Amino acid sequence: MGKLLLEVRDLHASVAGVEILKGVNLGVRAGEVHAIMGPNGSGKSTFSKLLAGHPAYSVTRGEVLFQGANLFALSAEERARAGLFLAFQYPVEIPGVSNAAFLRLAYNTLQKQRGGEELDPLEFDDLAREKLKLVDMDESFLQRSVNAGFSGGEKKRNEILQMALLDPALAVLDETDSGLDIDALRVVADGVNKLLKPGNAVLLVTHYQRLLDYITPHFVHVMEDGRIVKTGDKELAKQLEQRGYDWLRDDAAVPA
Amino acid sequence: MNTGRNIQAGLMHSLLQTLAQPPASGTEALRDLRAQALVRAQALGLPGARDEEWRFTDLSALGNLDFKPAAAQGPVTEADIQRFILQEAHASRLVFIDGVYAPPLSALHGLPQGVLAASLAEAPAHPLLHAYLSRQVDWRKGVFAALNTGLFRDVALLVIPSQTEISAPVHLLFITRAHHAAHAVHPRCLVLAEAHSQCTLIEDYASLAEDVYFNNAVTEITLQQSARLRHIRLQRDSRAAFHIAGAAVSVARGAHYHASSVTLGARLSRYSPVITLEQDAECVLDGLVMIAGRQLADTHSIVDHAQPHAKSRQTHKCIVDEGAHAVFNGKVIVHKDAQLTDAAQESRTLLLSDKARVNVKPELQILADDVKCAHGATVGQLEDEELFYLKSRGIGETQARNLLTYAFAAELIERIPADSLKTSLREAVLQRTHSGQVLEPA
Ligand SMILES: Nc1ncnc2c1ncn2[C@@H]1O[C@H](COP(=O)(O)OP(=O)(O)OP(=O)(O)O)[C@@H](O)[C@H]1O
Ligand SMILES: [Mg+2]
Repeated sequence: MGKLLLEVRDLHASVAGVEILKGVNLGVRAGEVHAIMGPNGSGKSTFSKLLAGHPAYSVTRGEVLFQGANLFALSAEERARAGLFLAFQYPVEIPGVSNAAFLRLAYNTLQKQRGGEELDPLEFDDLAREKLKLVDMDESFLQRSVNAGFSGGEKKRNEILQMALLDPALAVLDETDSGLDIDALRVVADGVNKLLKPGNAVLLVTHYQRLLDYITPHFVHVMEDGRIVKTGDKELAKQLEQRGYDWLRDDAAVPA
Repeated sequence: MNTGRNIQAGLMHSLLQTLAQPPASGTEALRDLRAQALVRAQALGLPGARDEEWRFTDLSALGNLDFKPAAAQGPVTEADIQRFILQEAHASRLVFIDGVYAPPLSALHGLPQGVLAASLAEAPAHPLLHAYLSRQVDWRKGVFAALNTGLFRDVALLVIPSQTEISAPVHLLFITRAHHAAHAVHPRCLVLAEAHSQCTLIEDYASLAEDVYFNNAVTEITLQQSARLRHIRLQRDSRAAFHIAGAAVSVARGAHYHASSVTLGARLSRYSPVITLEQDAECVLDGLVMIAGRQLADTHSIVDHAQPHAKSRQTHKCIVDEGAHAVFNGKVIVHKDAQLTDAAQESRTLLLSDKARVNVKPELQILADDVKCAHGATVGQLEDEELFYLKSRGIGETQARNLLTYAFAAELIERIPADSLKTSLREAVLQRTHSGQVLEPA
């Protein structure tokens, strides 16, 4: 068994005074792929963004350990430097900042942190071109502003490109598969599979079984109303695809 | 109140000081003009708080300055001004020190034949002076234009003959040197772009020390038929200085004027360009103001559509940090017979601190009926979601803020056609740090 990368214990969190997460428990070990499924509004993105350090959410109870240390003691940028990566459900457009400059800055910041070599624009260009091929994106995307005017699918590819460049220990992909055509889905899956080295782990938030045809999860969790109400293996995802969430609710109604 | 008396006293000192150093040469007509302007300046006096045009810009600190004559000093060397020299204009540069032309620091050998780039001293009786000087800037109405006209010690003259294209930018570099006491300088530029000519002009105000001084500049520009002029104006005066400037630009039929005005310096600055468009003329006005501390930067522009079928595009952006204060008053006038005018004005302000302030006022005076006039104004802060996105990639708070600030200004900076200037502006924005905030650990 790989070492425990992420440990979530009884996590409660609220936004604007409303409690959204109501006691999440989860453990992710190196080498594992976890999928989190669950109905709209159940708290999946809240959980993902909270892990990444979004300032809108406040933790009211519980704790999260990342690589054994208190995650909440770190700022968002420190979490990224420690190897946590979030692929956004809705990647943010930043007009005026070129994708190339942004990617290089992020890359060099992490390289510095890890004692690796920082790259000048020319060197970085070579690396970026290579990674672009991985996500099947045209080189022109480097010159454009970050996500500005990108199509939905292009934005998702850009997230995977960033993941490939930043090589995180734990990648949280929030619905990176939504709105993708079949080819793009494969691109995302390839990106994730390449990232999966023994020391790394991936947390996939998804609504569909499709992605899980390409990436085999070790665990599938169902989040409902701010809690993980069921955990199973990849068969659970197939069941959900066929039956929806209602049958779970009937099961969950049985008091714990 | 005794402020009024102090103001006049300050002005008088300034007058006396500069009168002791009249321009080296000039025709009799010029001397007459200057004498009249001085009389007019005294009659006008400084605008006060009651003056609507100066509502947000309090001049009492300027009025209270006690100007002293400049003490004699050794020459300024090329090493002193090295950091202001632009690579692109290494052979097309006129340098003025405290308003006086400095031939040893200037370099003109890169200019094409026929171009006149000179100072008043070199061309005291040039017909251009008679025909164009003070023809556009109305010194009868504005005290600062009158003071400049009465007191300038030199004039930067630039004539681009018809059909001529100057490929290198012409850099007019106005340097103020260190003095022991407050002093006033009255830089003056006169530019004539003859028919079908093309040129890039960089008008640049800088200082050798973070001194208190008063730069009172006037620029007159004439574009004849179908001329094209790219005008960069860089105000990087000392943060303790006062900078008040007016520009009058007339754009003849079919001519194209594109200005980028960048305001970084001065404790108090005011820039008032007036652009007059004839038929089928076009102008693009980019304004970028980046201030912090207790700086005040006021832009009062007028775009005057005097004739039909002209087009204007104005984009004014202010980045205001700490306790600074930006003022933008953008007037667009469309005369009665200026039909088919196409005018657009956009003002955007980025406030980087709770204490930062801005006053924005678009003013449209439209007397024609068949026109397109659009205007919009926004005031905002950095977007939290954008900040978070950058930080989630490991980019630190300060750097993320600077990057987004740059993004706000990028559109205007990237349009500046001199790479070295573009680079230094880019750095100026990207490396500006938010005071009171700890720098990123290395
Ligand atoms: N900033 C906010 N202000 C108010 N409510 C919020 C905010 N952010 C999230 N919520 C609410 O929290 C709940 C959980 O939202 P979240 O985005 O985490 O759901 P999700 O499981 O990711 O849903 P989806 O599958 O649709 O992406 C929703 O009811 C949402 O409206
Ligand atoms: Mg979601």
